[in-house]
This record gives sequence, structure tokens and C-alpha cells, in this order.
Amino acid sequence: MRRIQETARLRSGEEKLRDLLVRGLAGDEPAYRAFLQDLSAHLRAFLRKRLVRLPDEVEDLVQESLLAIHNQRHTYDAGQPLTAWVHAIAKYKLVDLLRRRARHDLVADPLDDEFDFGTSADAEAAEARRDLGELLKRLPDGQRLPIVHMKLGGLSVTETARLTGMSESAVKVGVHRGLKALAAMIRSDA
Amino acid sequence: MRTDELATMLAAGAGAVKPHAAARRYARAIVGGALGAALLMAALLGVRPDLATAVLLPMFWVKVAFVACLAAASLAGAMRLSRPGLRLAWVPGALAAPVLAIWVLAAFVLMRADAGQRSQLFFGETWNSCPFLIAMLSAPVFVAVLWAMKGLAPTRLRLAGAAAGLLSGAIGALVYCLHCPELEAPFVGFWYLLGILIPTAVGSLLGPRLLQW
Repeated sequence: MRRIQETARLRSGEEKLRDLLVRGLAGDEPAYRAFLQDLSAHLRAFLRKRLVRLPDEVEDLVQESLLAIHNQRHTYDAGQPLTAWVHAIAKYKLVDLLRRRARHDLVADPLDDEFDFGTSADAEAAEARRDLGELLKRLPDGQRLPIVHMKLGGLSVTETARLTGMSESAVKVGVHRGLKALAAMIRSDA
Repeated sequence: MRTDELATMLAAGAGAVKPHAAARRYARAIVGGALGAALLMAALLGVRPDLATAVLLPMFWVKVAFVACLAAASLAGAMRLSRPGLRLAWVPGALAAPVLAIWVLAAFVLMRADAGQRSQLFFGETWNSCPFLIAMLSAPVFVAVLWAMKGLAPTRLRLAGAAAGLLSGAIGALVYCLHCPELEAPFVGFWYLLGILIPTAVGSLLGPRLLQW
């Protein structure tokens, strides 16, 4: 009986999240925001379990995965289990991170000699070490300005276009390309 | 930037997403790539002069069916590998079926033939160019399919690259059918397959490098 309840609870969690995403993909912005917020908690738990030895990387990877999920959200099919899709993306980013670290830190940072007690990973949402806001500043104007005005300033496409003198389609493309460039910067930076 | 700020930022003005992104991208890539392959074939090789009579022969259609089945199965595989969290499921079986079928047919043809004819059935007239011409015709499709994949989210890059190569090889071979004079099953079952496997191997080598996101 308890197991049935447990399964039902998990399923209803997934159902709720999936419903938010599906509504978000149809253009419901508050639902999409709620999806991303709920998802980041889910991602944090998922990645914390898999990055026990690198607790300080967790929050950066949560952000990187969140950005990846947003950038690739058109690859979700409503008939597909949401968990499988989310976990495949998070795992892809996790493996990518470990590969990057293996390349960079082979000499500098021997993991085996470290004790990881007393790190900050238990705090609810640790501070990310990498500041995406700083990375954002390095984007070219055609991508940075649409993101700053639309995504951070809350302006509409039309308002952003008027303010920057760009066309509406250039604003949309700028946001899209800018967020992809941000993901690429994270990859080459770390 | 805190994570909840990031979530708010990403959601702001996100707008609706057109459904069936993978299908639309692949449709464009395949139409564009196949057109490129057809132009390449027409310009460099030419359609076989007796095509009008060849299309009346059952073996012509067996050959077309063989590569078309490979193309369809590899398209399903490539599309699944382009989206996170999907399994290949029945795709490997669907890829193996046309290969096994043509091999059974080839074995049957070879067994029935006289010993002296067998090498002719296997090598035909064009064995030394066929695989390379198929690989050449697959090139425009290969580029187009990689473009389609790049805009989606493959997570198993080597396998995804191989699927892209296989798909482009099969479509290249389909276009090559319009030029190729060979109709024997032993020829098709080996040299066509070899031609299709060249871009497949290239794809598996390039996938991890080109498809990262």
C-alpha cells in the first residue's frame, strides 16, 4: 500500500512538472517559469548525488543544465517521459564536466588527496561559483542587448526592438543565439 | 547570478515553441541533401541511359527497396538519437532486416548460378567505383543531416554521428540507383553496403567532435 502511494506521489510529481513544461512550450510564461524553478531543485538533488566528490561544482552544473534544457526545449516530445529527457540532458552535461576537469586538472588538482568534509553542498542552493551575469557581459551587443532588455529588464520584443534599433526578428534571433553562445562559453571556460 | 534568477531570466519572454522540431529539421535536411546528391549525380555521373527499361525489372525495385528500408530505419535511428532520453528500441532490428534479406537473396542467387558465373555476379562491372561514388553522393546529405542534428540535442555523439552517416549513405545509394547499371543481389548486398558504411564510419569518427553542445 505504501509503495503504491509512493509511486503515485512520484508519478504525480512528474505529471505536474510535465504539465508545466507542456503549457510553457505552448507559450504560458508563468507555467514555464514555475517549471524551471521546480526543475532546478530536482536537478540539484540529482546532481548532488552524482557529484559527491565535487560538491562545489553542483550549483554551476545545475545552472549549466538549466540553460541547456532551456536551449534544447524544442527536443522534448510531449509523449515522452519527462524524467528520461531531463536526466539524459543532465547526465550529458555531467559527463562533459568530468571530461573537461580530467583534461584541465590532471596535474593541478589530485582529487584523491582531498577531504571533502565541511563543504557548502548541504546549503539549500549554494552560491554558483561561475557568474553567468559576468559571462553575459562578454556577448556581442547584438546578443547581449536583447537578453539584457528582454530577459532581464522584462521588456517585450517590440519594446526591445524600438529601444535598440534592431528589427523584431533580430531581437528574437539575438536572444536565441546569445543563450547558445552562453552555453558554449561555459563549456570552453571551465 | 543565482539559480532562481537564471530560471526567471530564461522564462522571461520565452514564447511558444513550434512542435515537431526534429521532424521539421530532418525533412528540410533530407530534401536539401537529396537534391544536392541528385544534382551531383546528374552533373558528374548521369542517369543510366536505359532507366526506362530498368524500372520494369523486379530486381531494380528490390535494390531500391533495400536502400529505402535502410534509409527509413536509419532516419528513425538518427531522429531518436537527436533527442535526449529516447532509446533505440526496435531500430537495430529494422536496420538488420533489409541487410539479412538481401544477403539471403544473394546466397540463393550464388548457389543457383554456375561456378563460372559467380564472380561476375559478385563483382559486376563497377565494383571498384560503386562504393566511392555512393560515398561521394552521400556527402551533401551528410552535411545536411549533421546540421539537423546540431540543432537538436544528441547525447550519444559517436552513435549519433554514425546514424547520420548511415542515413546519408543510404540516401546517397538511393540516388545512385538512378545511375548504377548493376542489378544483381550479390553485388548490391556487398558493394552498396560498403559504400553506405563509408560515411557511417566517417560519422562515428566526426560525431564526438562536431555534435557537442
